Amino acid sequence: MKSNQTPIANFFPRDRSWHPKAYTPDYKTSVLRSPSRALIAFGNSLSETTGPAFGHDMIGPLDNDLVLNFASPGMSAIGERVIVHGRVLDERGQPVPNVLIEFWQANAGGRYRHKKDGYLAPLDPNFGGCGRTLSGDDGAFAFRTIRPGPYPWPNGPNDWRPAHIHFSVFGHGFAQRLITQMYFEGDPLIPRCPIVRTINDPKAIDQLTARLDMNASAPMDALAYRFDIVLRGSRSTLFENRLEGN
Amino acid sequence: MVTPITPPLYPLKESPSQTAGPYVHIGLTPNFCGIPGVYANDLGTTMVGENTKGERITLEGRVIDGGGNPLKDALVEIWQADADGTYKTRAEPGFSGWGRAPADGETGIFRFETIKPGRVAFPDGRLQAPHINVWIVARGINLGLNTRIYFEDEAEANAGDPVLARIEHRDRVPTLIAKGGNGKYSHDIHLQGPQETVFFDI
Ligand SMILES: [Fe+3]
Repeated sequence: MKSNQTPIANFFPRDRSWHPKAYTPDYKTSVLRSPSRALIAFGNSLSETTGPAFGHDMIGPLDNDLVLNFASPGMSAIGERVIVHGRVLDERGQPVPNVLIEFWQANAGGRYRHKKDGYLAPLDPNFGGCGRTLSGDDGAFAFRTIRPGPYPWPNGPNDWRPAHIHFSVFGHGFAQRLITQMYFEGDPLIPRCPIVRTINDPKAIDQLTARLDMNASAPMDALAYRFDIVLRGSRSTLFENRLEGN
Repeated sequence: MVTPITPPLYPLKESPSQTAGPYVHIGLTPNFCGIPGVYANDLGTTMVGENTKGERITLEGRVIDGGGNPLKDALVEIWQADADGTYKTRAEPGFSGWGRAPADGETGIFRFETIKPGRVAFPDGRLQAPHINVWIVARGINLGLNTRIYFEDEAEANAGDPVLARIEHRDRVPTLIAKGGNGKYSHDIHLQGPQETVFFDI
C-alpha cells in the first residue's frame, strides 16, 4: 500500500476548448444530458490529486487479447486481427506508468454484445468485446483485437460511427480520469460522424486517430496501429516515489 | 537582455474526451452486462471487508436528465478517504476507497456499499467535511462530470467546508448533499433543470 497524504501540485487546468463542449446538439443525446450552469473551480485538494492504483497481479493472461478472451477453446474471434499499442503520457511528455487502461468495442460486423444493440449484423460467439491492461514503467501498453466494424446509429437519418475502440484510462489522480475513443487512420467516416464532430479542433481529432504501424505488425498474423494517450500533467514530478509496488 | 528559452510546460495536449457511449457497461462492468468469464469480477463492486474501520453506509441514487428521466446507461465511479481521512492509493484488504457502479437497466439506480469517509485537509489546512468524489459518464455526456456527495447529517462540518463555501449561489448547495442517516443515504444527480447538481472543474 502506498498512501500519499502530502499535498501535491495541482494538475494543469483542463483545456475545455480542446475537449467537446457538453451541449452539442448535432449529437442529439447530449441535449438533455448536458449541464447548463457554469462549472465551479476550486483548485485541487487530495481528493483530486490522489486516485486508485491497480496491480499487475489483477490482470489475467488473456485480458489484453480480445481475439481469445471470450473464445471457446481452440476458437478465435472473426475479423481483421490487429495489435493496438502506444504509450500513456502526461502533458509534459512524461510516461505515466502502471495505470489501468480498459477498452471495449463492437465485433467485426459492427455489433456489440449488449441486449440493447439490435443492429442486424450477427454476434460472433467467440467475441466478447472487452479487455484491459496496465501501462508499463515506460507508459507503454499493447493489446490484440479484431478491427471493429462501423455501425449505424439512431441520431440523424443515416449516421454511421467510424470503426472505433472505446478507452477508459486512469491516471494517478482522480482528476485525470478520462474516457475517449480511438479511430483508425484513413476511415472516411471519421469526418462525417456527429460524435467525432463534438470536437472542434481538427488537430484534436487527429490525436484520436491511430496510425498504421507496419514495424509493430506481426507478419502473417496481425497489423498494428499506434495510439498514444495523453493525460493531464502537473507542475512537479508527483509520482516518482510511487512507480514501484503497484 | 536575452530572454532564456525554456521548453514549454505543456508540450502535449490532453487526449480529447469522447462520450462513453451506450455500451460503457461492456467495457467497465462486463459481468453485470451479461459478458461473464472474461474477468473473475467486475472492478469496484466491493469496497469494504469485514475488518474495515468506519461506519457502514449504503448510498443509492440516480442520474436524471433534463426531461426528468433517470439514465439507465450511466456509469458512476466514486473515490473517497477511509474513516481516518486518508486516501488509499492502493487497494488493500480492508478498504479500497474506490468504487464503480452501473446504473440499473430498469430503474437507473446506482448503489454503493461503503463507509462514511473521514475528514481530509484542504491545501490551506482547513478540514473538508466528509465527502465522496464522484465521476459520471454515459451516452450523451461528452466529458466525464465531476461532482461531490456530502452528508445531510454532517451539517456542522458542511457549514465549514471550503469547497461548499465556493458556491456563490447558496441555494445550489443542497444539490451536493445526500439525504438520510443511520447508514442509509440517497442522492439523485440532476444533469439539468432547476435542481441542476453542482459540477466541478477540478
Ligand atoms: Fe461504440
